[in-house]
Amino acid sequence: MSQGNTQSSKVQTTGHVWDGDLQEYNNPLPNWWLWAFYLTIIFSVVYWVAYPAWPVGKGYTTGMATITYKNDKGVEKTTHWNTRALLMKDMQDAREFQKKYFDKVAAMPYEQIAKDPEMLNFVASAGKVLFADNCAACHMSGGQGKRAFAPSLVDDDWIYGGTYDKIQETITNGRHGIMPAKGGADLNEGEIGNLANYVLSLPGESMDAAKVKAGDELFHGKAACFSCHGADGKGNKDIGAANLTDKIWLWADVPGAGSADKQVEAVKAVIAGGLNKGVMPAWSGRLKADQIKLLTTYVHDVLGGGSKK
Amino acid sequence: MFDHGKIEKNIGLMLVLTMFTISIGGLVEIVPLFFIKGTVEDVKTPEGIKMVRPYSPLEQRGRDIYIREGCYLCHSQMIRPFRDEALRYGHYSLAAESQYDHPFQWGSKRTGPDLARAGKKYSNEWQVQHLIAPRSMVPESVMPNYPWLLTTPLDTSDVADRMAALRMTGVPYSANKAEYDNNVKEFGADVAKQLHIPDARKNLTEQAQSGNYDGDASNVTEMDALVAYLQVLGTMVDFSKLDNDSFVKFR
Repeated sequence: MSQGNTQSSKVQTTGHVWDGDLQEYNNPLPNWWLWAFYLTIIFSVVYWVAYPAWPVGKGYTTGMATITYKNDKGVEKTTHWNTRALLMKDMQDAREFQKKYFDKVAAMPYEQIAKDPEMLNFVASAGKVLFADNCAACHMSGGQGKRAFAPSLVDDDWIYGGTYDKIQETITNGRHGIMPAKGGADLNEGEIGNLANYVLSLPGESMDAAKVKAGDELFHGKAACFSCHGADGKGNKDIGAANLTDKIWLWADVPGAGSADKQVEAVKAVIAGGLNKGVMPAWSGRLKADQIKLLTTYVHDVLGGGSKK
Repeated sequence: MFDHGKIEKNIGLMLVLTMFTISIGGLVEIVPLFFIKGTVEDVKTPEGIKMVRPYSPLEQRGRDIYIREGCYLCHSQMIRPFRDEALRYGHYSLAAESQYDHPFQWGSKRTGPDLARAGKKYSNEWQVQHLIAPRSMVPESVMPNYPWLLTTPLDTSDVADRMAALRMTGVPYSANKAEYDNNVKEFGADVAKQLHIPDARKNLTEQAQSGNYDGDASNVTEMDALVAYLQVLGTMVDFSKLDNDSFVKFR
């Protein structure tokens, strides 16, 4: 109370009195605060004049500020300031900055890009970002792939082919691998087991000779595996039939199976159930042609898995 | 002179005037949006068919699960018109693209990435595997696992009621022949069939089986619905059919 009394002797009151003795101190705002407040009011008026601000009927005041951008057809347009036009301009300015590289990417044949260290440098840095945003979710950040999901892009084994043209085709249109199920009506449990033994013997696993022989006959006969995977089991890149003679296993977890029995089980599951899940989305709708070309070079030369044939 | 003692001594008057004062901001900023032409862009194909359609019954149920599981707490669905967002996520979101969302899922918090254009970016298997165990696909992810979606059958008993409720809020699901015919005109015959409330359960089951979203066509799980919803996000507007500056004039 003593404090209050001291204050009341110094500070003016507003003159209002309630209930006979309730009074209100008059503590005006500091001048610096008031002036800052007046400045914000002046700023808002300037803002209203310059930028879209007030609703009027079915439209709004568009303001004096303008933005000039070029649309896809190369026509230069000037419009009132707005964030969508500003984005168009930002994208163009950035594009302009990278233009000399993107123009080169678009104009140069793949082989030449790969030989030009400066271009390859650009591909490595720009491609890394594109790869991380679009490809890494399935092929993992280093392109190492993921078993039972997406193939490795850093080895020499290609399902649809590892040439520039094939990689570009894959990215542009996507892929959808299908292998018909052989279980059920087609083959019985024992036959599928024999086939699995044969398939495992192709890359050199030592399997039961009798079962391998029976599987061999099925592979080239009743089961008709050869029609896609080829008589030699080396696959067919045109239709995405995998090479079965190497030790690279995308769908069946053979290396991680542990025992020979479990290896057979893993391969049997694939043969019996078939595959309808090797889906890679098409990127033509999301990425521009020169971005796809850049990514193709990135996969082929920077990740280094590309092949000549 | 004006005596504010009158206001301060009259609690009813003060209440009314206070409410009037604090609603000025909303009245000036929000109400005009309902009258300004172009707040919601009119996005049509060259043939005059509306590109943005209401969700199919299966997608709508997937959306319910998206909301039930609280996906919106970490994922936004609103790509802003900035260069960094355009590069990572794609074209900025249009108001038209969430016109049938009740409530909208724009969000303001991104712990995970924006999902406004997640549709068709990944395969169905990726979405299923990622929902069951996110870290098996993205090692650095902090997203929780949602394994029960794959084993829980989707409750389809009330899907027609849910659509009828949305119809009351203005979503053009059709309840009768006249509305159906109108939808055929606006969205085309294929879409109109999906929007017909009496056929909701049939349409839902058909889409789940033909789409095979969870890899098992024999039953309809919550995973089917959620993946169907995720795969349609941001895919309705075909920007390749539109000029890239079509939407500048609306803002």
